[in-house]
Amino acid sequence: MSATIQTKSYDAAFVSAVRRESEQDLALCYQCGNCTAGCPVSFAYDFPVNQIMYLVQTGRKMEALSSHAIWLCASCETCTTRCPNDIDVARVMDVLRHMARQEGLVAEHSIHAFWDSFLSSVEKYGRVFELGLMASYIGKTGRVLTDADLAPVALRKGKLSFKPHDICGVAEVRDIFKRYREHRS
Amino acid sequence: MTRSRYAYYPGCSGQGTSREYDSSTRAMCQDLGFELIDIPDWNCCGSTPAHAVDHLLSASLVARNLAIAEDMDVDGIITPCPSCLKNLKTTQHRMLRPEFHAEVQKVLGRVVRADLPIKSVLQVLVEDAGIERIAQESTAPLTGLKVVPYYGCIMNRPPDVMRFDDPENPMALDNILTAIGIEVLPFALKTDCCGASLGTTRRDVVARLSGRVLDAAAAAGADAIVTACPLCQMNLDMRQAQINKANGSHHRLPVFYYSQLIMLAAGQLGERIGLDKLCVSPFSLLSSLGSQTGEARS
Repeated sequence: MSATIQTKSYDAAFVSAVRRESEQDLALCYQCGNCTAGCPVSFAYDFPVNQIMYLVQTGRKMEALSSHAIWLCASCETCTTRCPNDIDVARVMDVLRHMARQEGLVAEHSIHAFWDSFLSSVEKYGRVFELGLMASYIGKTGRVLTDADLAPVALRKGKLSFKPHDICGVAEVRDIFKRYREHRS
Repeated sequence: MTRSRYAYYPGCSGQGTSREYDSSTRAMCQDLGFELIDIPDWNCCGSTPAHAVDHLLSASLVARNLAIAEDMDVDGIITPCPSCLKNLKTTQHRMLRPEFHAEVQKVLGRVVRADLPIKSVLQVLVEDAGIERIAQESTAPLTGLKVVPYYGCIMNRPPDVMRFDDPENPMALDNILTAIGIEVLPFALKTDCCGASLGTTRRDVVARLSGRVLDAAAAAGADAIVTACPLCQMNLDMRQAQINKANGSHHRLPVFYYSQLIMLAAGQLGERIGLDKLCVSPFSLLSSLGSQTGEARS
């Protein structure tokens, strides 16, 4: 996939929000391309990660937040490890997807649905319940055959439980989610 | 060695897809004299979904476990899972900033210091037990077995948070496996990403990235891959058939957890080691090893 960067007006509020939320100064990025050179998921990105950094540097909010790249980032931390100016690039990618979600810009719906299903499972039981997670994910995406081939293998190996791994302190975990939402609203 | 007491954080996968990693890790730690006490009623750290949705939510989920561990009279917190480890350590690192610490406590609803040492099981193995001790325990060295060590991407990254081993060329697994008689082949992809949790949502990405790891391991002449990460192991092992189908490859490479091999080299077998839990069976490979060691294991 490829895309061209269009000239757009500079969104100063966006630039300062990324800086504040990520605690990273993107003015330090001189576009060496080390992040992109090491990025394992670059082949699937619409913008390589150095261009995502450039979109932020030049205040192009909509292009950055509408990109597929920010959802596909696997959080492998290679970019962060190799940045010669110690920019935590993976943290910037995280912050961009937080912002995209808040703006309702979701370029990768299945990934968005998977994360939501995962966190619902944690909120409900305190730990992840894989079968429940998959049922919820399939419900959100309609992808009924997702990993259907793995289920019999996982069952045979005793790696899939029919019961949730709920914890005694599940109310405490639900309260964390509740207070987090109140804090953010 | 002084006997260390650690708060143990198994992580959710240890109860499911990586139960053999959990059980062999517990067995290994017991043998090497570590006292593991599970963090009572621990909760999921939120893994990638939590930090990809909100850093405050992620830190608050982690902090409940930190707070419980702080009441335990232990030398630190250890976990076998690199993803849990990264979340635990990143939270601790970010909570050094007082405003963030205060926010997390507010969402958590209790006091947390976030000051206990947090390490991987691999790190305490190397630092507390030591390679020599592991070699001494190895009464049935796995001579003849050729492997590539696959650390995955985040066991040592980002380096200023993880603070263990080399982020580009880690050697902890190489050294441990060599000490138990295994031939460890040079492996350029030892810290490359397997595609992580994109397996469910974007199988194409995992087929490419994990496929590359399998291809390179086979080309290096490895009999097997050795991992320290539940997600890497699941992608390479349980998804190996999916990957073969997508890429037109025909790999049959067993993917061990390092803890399984340490126990095997210590002459231990059985349910706790969980070799039968691996999807690509390792049994014909193990029985083909030298007759001296192979018999007992076949």
